[in-house]
Amino acid sequence: MAIRSLILPRKVKPIRNFDFSRWVRKNKDGWLFASPWIIGFFVWTLGPMLASLGLAFTDWDLISPIQFVGLKNFQMMFKDPLVGQSLKVTIIYALTSVPLNLAVGLGIAMLLNARIIGLRFYRTAFYLPSVLSGVAVALLWRWLFSPEFGLINQGLSLIGIQGPSWLGDQNWALPSLVVMSVWGVGAGAIIYLAGLQGIPTELYEAAEVDGARGWQRFFSITLPLMTPVLFFQLVVGVINALQVFTQAYIMTGGGPNRATLFVILYLYQNAFQYQRMGFASALAWVLFILIMVLTLLIYRSSSSWVYYEGESKSKR
Amino acid sequence: MTTMNKVSSKPVKINVPLLTTTQRRLLRQLIIHLVLLSGVFFMLIPLIWSISSSLKSAGDVYALPPKWIPNPIHWENYAEAVTAIPFWRYLWNTTFITLVSIVGKVFSVTLVAFAFARLEWWGRDFFFVVMLATMMLPPHVTLIPQFILFKYLGWIDTFLPLIVPQFFGGPYLTFLARQFFMTLPRDLDDAARIDGCSNFGVFWRVILPMSKPVIAMIVVIVFNNQWNEFLNALIYLQNSKNFTLALGLRMFQGEAAASWHLLMAASILTMLPVLVLFFSAQKYFMQGIVFTGVKQ
Repeated sequence: MAIRSLILPRKVKPIRNFDFSRWVRKNKDGWLFASPWIIGFFVWTLGPMLASLGLAFTDWDLISPIQFVGLKNFQMMFKDPLVGQSLKVTIIYALTSVPLNLAVGLGIAMLLNARIIGLRFYRTAFYLPSVLSGVAVALLWRWLFSPEFGLINQGLSLIGIQGPSWLGDQNWALPSLVVMSVWGVGAGAIIYLAGLQGIPTELYEAAEVDGARGWQRFFSITLPLMTPVLFFQLVVGVINALQVFTQAYIMTGGGPNRATLFVILYLYQNAFQYQRMGFASALAWVLFILIMVLTLLIYRSSSSWVYYEGESKSKR
Repeated sequence: MTTMNKVSSKPVKINVPLLTTTQRRLLRQLIIHLVLLSGVFFMLIPLIWSISSSLKSAGDVYALPPKWIPNPIHWENYAEAVTAIPFWRYLWNTTFITLVSIVGKVFSVTLVAFAFARLEWWGRDFFFVVMLATMMLPPHVTLIPQFILFKYLGWIDTFLPLIVPQFFGGPYLTFLARQFFMTLPRDLDDAARIDGCSNFGVFWRVILPMSKPVIAMIVVIVFNNQWNEFLNALIYLQNSKNFTLALGLRMFQGEAAASWHLLMAASILTMLPVLVLFFSAQKYFMQGIVFTGVKQ
């Protein structure tokens, strides 16, 4: 008895002090306001993600009962040459289209930043195509790439070049899609232009006093100060490039000879044409891991090339 | 004296063969304009070419060398394209899905952003980090389980799978709105609270009326995404009565494989609302991408 009376008050006290209903009342509005996203996070994101991870270890066609098969789907990936092909196509596309778009976008932004007349016209003209997307744009480019009557080959024939059949040629189909991706370069250019306009002019004036000219100014001021923006666009660009679907589905269907079989297209075929839900989920996770690894690599590398103004200048 | 002459002769030597500074500046401007104009050519020629193709007769589309200005102009291509597929039906479906999505997204995103920007609650910082992390999450990972979920709910071949998730916020746009709310002065909140406003009152009467720019950005972004949505529409909509314009175009591509003048007319009509929105709200298009692109 004596011991209990000694211990109990201490144990009970903090619980009495903690007023549950007051705590709820204090937090209630925050939870209510945030609830759409919090519920959505569990229902549309976390739940499906875990389900997808589970499905990756099963065989399921949505009709016959679901079957646990262990690592079979992942083993099959090594045997299925199309998985390797789709990863190869997707990575080549990302490694070519993303740097190309970064360089062209920055180039356009620098020209626009040169205090020229007609800035508004140029800005609109470059930006306009990047807001267009989807099936209509894919059709438009299919027509441009049309081997006999398309504008591109007709233009080439004017200067005496017999153009390839582009989307119909297994060597040219993927490069065609890379060229098409440059049509959306305007969005990046607008972002870089905003970044360039944020670089204080005193820096250039100081560099001029020090005798820095043209390219020197570009490499010692413009490029370092633009690296945070370029870094962000690189991450976003890679993530988007790894998820190409509409262009491939509409323009080539993955062909010719699987030359444009992007991962998401192969995932779609497996899940919704062959009803291989388990295999498709495993494929989704492989792509997810690829995206995470690439993003992580870019992040890790960033400390050696991304310049933040807050840091010491000795870092260049 | 002789040394003085040597020094002063140096800059003269450089200046003689070249142009004056103003001429040099003009030349530089001229080169920049030439480069930019050739870029603009590459940007606009595909659009101009498709508009031109859409107004040609079936035979002229394949004329060699190509005609840029169709003669006569075949406006009836558009009428033909609109009747070749149930265009108005698809237009209505797409408009309905897009408008409901905009309403859902604007409400959910601003509510959640208000919670993150203005309210104190247990778990806020944790969930904010989680939300930022989900921005990196590629949507295809959740594609298959979501499909199975909607199948069990019996929502396949309805608009619900395209619309309902829009009512649950979204990390990217919530972050955009939250960053905007953080810039609004807190004095106004406090004044409204003293006048007896609840949290919802502050949100509805103080924050939202000041947030027109960011709401416009959200509307523009959601409109563009949903108008062009393809993969989800392809998976969930099966009966052609429920097709969106994107699916209708895909079907038309199969039916009218060689009628490029009609395919281009239908494509132009599909892009037209986005073009109109672009020219009337260009400011918000640009602000939206600059805001998220430069302010990481």
